[in-house]
Amino acid sequence: MTLDPVTLAVLKGRLEQIADEMDATLFRAAFNPTIAEAHDACHGIYQAETGATLIQGKSGLPIFVGVMAFGVRAVIEKFTPVDGDIFLFNDPYLGGTHLSDMRLVRPCFRDGKLFCWLASVGHWHDVGGAVPGNYNPAATEYFQEGVLIPPVRLFAAGSIRQDIVDIVLAASRMPGSAFGDLSAHLSALDLGAARIAALLDEYGGPMVAEAFAELTARAAAQLRAEIVKLPDGVWHEEDFLDNDGRTDTPLRIACDVTVSGETLTLDFTRSAAACAGPVNISRATTIASVYVALKHLFPEVAANSGVLDPVQIIIPEGSLLDAQRPSPVGGYTETILRIIDVLFSTFARIRPELATGHAYGTINALSIAGTRDDGRRWVMFSFFGGGHGGNAAGDGLSHGNPPIATAIIPPVEIMEAAYPIRFTQWALRPGSGGAGAHRGGLGAIYEIELLADKAEAFVFAERARFPPRGVLGGGNGALNVVSYEQADGWHTPPLASKIVGVQLARGQRIRLETPGGGGWGNPETRDPGAAERDARLGLA
Amino acid sequence: MTKILGVDVGGTFTDLFLFDEATGEVRVGKVGSTRGREADGFADGIAALAALPDISAIVHGTTVGTNALLERKGARAGLITTRGFRDVLEMRRRDRRQTWGLTGNFIPVIERDMRAEVTERTLADGTISDAIDPAEIRETAIRLRDAGAEALCIVFLHSYANPANERAALAAARDVWPNPHVAISSDILPEIREFERTSTAALNAVLQPVVGGYLRRLDATIRAGGFTGEFLIVQSNGGVMSVETAGRLPVRTALSGPAAGVIAAAYIATQAGTPDIITGDIGGTSFDVSLVAGGIPALAAQTTLDFGLVVRTPMIEITTIGAGGGSIARVDGAGLLQIGPESAGSVPGPVCYAAGGTRPTVTDANVVLGRINAARPIGGKLTRLDVAAAAAAIDRDVGGPLGLGVMQAAEAILRVANARMAGALRLVSIERGHDPKKFSLMPFGGGGALHAGALIRDVGLARALIPRFPGVTSALGCVIADMRHDRVRTLNASVDTLDPASLRSEMDATAADLGTLLDRAGVAFTARRVEHALDMNYVGQTHTVAVPLPLSPDGSGPLSRASIAAAFAATYAGAYGRLMEGVPIRVLNLRTAVIGARPKIDLLSMAPDRAATIEAARRGTRPIWFGGWTEAAVFDRLALPVDADIAGPAVLEQPDTTILIEPGQHGTVDRFGNLILEAAR
Repeated sequence: MTLDPVTLAVLKGRLEQIADEMDATLFRAAFNPTIAEAHDACHGIYQAETGATLIQGKSGLPIFVGVMAFGVRAVIEKFTPVDGDIFLFNDPYLGGTHLSDMRLVRPCFRDGKLFCWLASVGHWHDVGGAVPGNYNPAATEYFQEGVLIPPVRLFAAGSIRQDIVDIVLAASRMPGSAFGDLSAHLSALDLGAARIAALLDEYGGPMVAEAFAELTARAAAQLRAEIVKLPDGVWHEEDFLDNDGRTDTPLRIACDVTVSGETLTLDFTRSAAACAGPVNISRATTIASVYVALKHLFPEVAANSGVLDPVQIIIPEGSLLDAQRPSPVGGYTETILRIIDVLFSTFARIRPELATGHAYGTINALSIAGTRDDGRRWVMFSFFGGGHGGNAAGDGLSHGNPPIATAIIPPVEIMEAAYPIRFTQWALRPGSGGAGAHRGGLGAIYEIELLADKAEAFVFAERARFPPRGVLGGGNGALNVVSYEQADGWHTPPLASKIVGVQLARGQRIRLETPGGGGWGNPETRDPGAAERDARLGLA
Repeated sequence: MTKILGVDVGGTFTDLFLFDEATGEVRVGKVGSTRGREADGFADGIAALAALPDISAIVHGTTVGTNALLERKGARAGLITTRGFRDVLEMRRRDRRQTWGLTGNFIPVIERDMRAEVTERTLADGTISDAIDPAEIRETAIRLRDAGAEALCIVFLHSYANPANERAALAAARDVWPNPHVAISSDILPEIREFERTSTAALNAVLQPVVGGYLRRLDATIRAGGFTGEFLIVQSNGGVMSVETAGRLPVRTALSGPAAGVIAAAYIATQAGTPDIITGDIGGTSFDVSLVAGGIPALAAQTTLDFGLVVRTPMIEITTIGAGGGSIARVDGAGLLQIGPESAGSVPGPVCYAAGGTRPTVTDANVVLGRINAARPIGGKLTRLDVAAAAAAIDRDVGGPLGLGVMQAAEAILRVANARMAGALRLVSIERGHDPKKFSLMPFGGGGALHAGALIRDVGLARALIPRFPGVTSALGCVIADMRHDRVRTLNASVDTLDPASLRSEMDATAADLGTLLDRAGVAFTARRVEHALDMNYVGQTHTVAVPLPLSPDGSGPLSRASIAAAFAATYAGAYGRLMEGVPIRVLNLRTAVIGARPKIDLLSMAPDRAATIEAARRGTRPIWFGGWTEAAVFDRLALPVDADIAGPAVLEQPDTTILIEPGQHGTVDRFGNLILEAAR
């Protein structure tokens, strides 16, 4: 049987709709704001035998697309699934990213045979470990980052195993939130399984299976068609992380890119060795970050595992891009953002039409934790935004989300209602966008005052020593500035972009001044009207 | 003075619907709209239908506000806000335009130099930590006024919890503001979430001078013509409001015209005995879908008009996808046929319009397949459509790349376009737990009835119900819409500790307050209704479900913690399938609606002539492509009698739309003159 291209387009839309609908269900039913408000979650459909990504929703977190394939494969290698099973784990060495990301994987059967997998992944509020909220810049082993759950059978043939639930909830400082999120993941998976079953009833298994194969083949063909347009050659690029949260030494992320005909080779061999602190990433995460960068550079290419077919990725063993247990991985976001920046810089040189200035390049994770006057524990955790890079179409977006996420920020009013804090500033950061014919978008200034007697603050950020870069002659974005107040006045942390457990007293503040994006093109060629507007609005 | 007139001014056409209560007579009209001179089309259209002194009420659905926002032609406005927060409007919720590709930026409707900060602070629990200084407010307002602001909005943090600072600032600003265009966010939307509240207030401010001025001009024009009746405006919630309220809260007109269409659809469907429908309005660039269950349109809490332009106010839920008649068909790099979201719009329009369009659209496919009669274009602007040019464009951009003949390529365009539209229908039905087999599709607008047969088949809907005048549905909705006022108030209370008596008195006070808006409008109502719902969730969640309370139609009735908790459990289980025993429940917002029912028109007055016969309605045949050329019977739709039963393939033509009955389907005319399209038995 051959599938006609029109039915294929119809099936693609139907399948994407299923993933999107699972996203929407999880966002609305989840308890913790990082999923419910910030949408740090994702759903997809995966290949029965290999776990390769077949379909990714449009609303979920981009970085999860690529890594979930590894997570599903880990389940495939360990278990023989039966209908009604659901597996749960957060092992980052198998599934990529970090311990905060809980993954639920469910097989879908058709006529007694495994047809495909569904996965639901989301960033939980707290999974134990040394630091509330799990962003521990000082971790040296994963044990300090959270409790690792290996792939386990949460549902056995449709029956929940309450002992597993009890273990998972006991690991968290916020068991109520964890229980709510778990229920929401299960609602999303129930819904996805029902929708897949209905689709298979309508079209039959063979036709949907053929659509899966065809969509993957077409994504590969599509990327090959883009690579062919690039000039053959070799390009070298590198950038740096500030430090690993332990030792104040820059860490190189380097990529040598070879274009040859319709293949692309990305060689990360010159990157730094594995580090003591938590900016290591697993091999799965490295591959997923390449996927995200390519999807941004070539947005039309379909979102499935076929994207990586024409790409050879060389990841040196023992490097920080090939984390081995128990190397800490909690700050994985920083490293993948730097990989994306390096690839943006490289492609700006390979093909200037693709040039986009660096985005702000850090997740800016802030957690503040303490005990309320009535003795209840609280953990505030959120990611903070910055500027996007200037590009051919215009200035970069001010206060955007990071390229690896579609996460939005919770409202000030929701955070102030939930935690004993108040924001004293929530503003654009003038002058933070890199100069350019099209300037970078602006970063932000966030200043938070503690309204309880005491609390501990943690910041996991980057780009305080190496700014987001401009392209095609555009200027760099402003550096990240993190500061906090103590009895003797304002301080900046020794590691510049990271704070480990600073004690705040009532009335003391913590302040984030986040990077803007890099500029695009020579600033001297900026339209005078745009320059005048920047000056009038106090943006430049 | 027994005539009621509905006027819907859209981007291309102004549609009118006149109903004479005394005689039951109905007249419809359609004139061209002129952007920027809508009042002229309005007056011309009325003149063709009736004398202004004979009209008792004119009800208007408008897109003037929406267009002003989308085209960034709102007035210059100023914003006064809490110190430290003037960029909330520009920072949004830290989102981006699209998932993939980091391009696109955002310019807010009030620019940074027109946003000013003052010293003041209210905390999350409503405590005032810093009161306002009236002198500072006055100085700031004067500065914004002198910088050219025609309207002013004041938005302070946590004003939903305690509006005292905003109210004090409003009083101070009024001292120095030269016009009535001053508003505070707690009057517009007393609801938590500062960006959504600021955005709604800011959009309202930039619209006040524009919409207020437009309505004043219209009012003056019709009054000068001798009109002495009521002039009312349709809101996004499907209810009407007075011109005075519309001038104060113009942001509530964001979905005015489309909402009127849904109201009409709900009424027509209920009268026809099929109160469960999904409406589908196919326009030039978009497909708008709404669900009506049991005759009641679904409501949404907010909508996004464009990236970063968020309006949060209760409104009829209208889901829009970028697939309309003008949507462009192309084959992407992976060899997949894509329809939209790019659109040829009305200028240059589809290739067949011969007005400069070169890329094939859905309309071009309909023309090539014979579904649209090239010799009889709708709307009267063109005399003939260019079939050959449409075929050539489809062959070049779709047929060639896919290896299909031109007719197969045109069919493929429709199939993929229909699949996208079917996706939108599933989104509002199946995905929200509604069984499509219980629902009928009601297509309206000019293009909907061509696709209805394919859509009901794809989605598994029971049937399509095509109203007698699909092209003027929104204008009909204006005539029959009730007056409705909504208010949302943040309560943020746990059900365990909530005091039912004080909630009851809050509900009664809100209902009484909204009731005064009905009193002031000077309109006669046949009945009044009050609806209360609570936005509730489990403590720890941030999203809520809207829980209707089991109360009497006038909003009265006993409340207890147990009854509130039970109502929540029923709604939550329906939405997510599982409850969380033992987790405490919270009430975030109270939603109150006060509805004044207006007299309904008798749709039988629009029924077909008793003397009509099928034979007299017959207009010969023309060839239509269904996998091959088939000779299809053509009928004059409006001349068909009640109970006529037409088997496909057939085409029913009328001035404002074309209905296609596909092979294997048939259409029957009901006693109102609606056409019921379903699979042949």
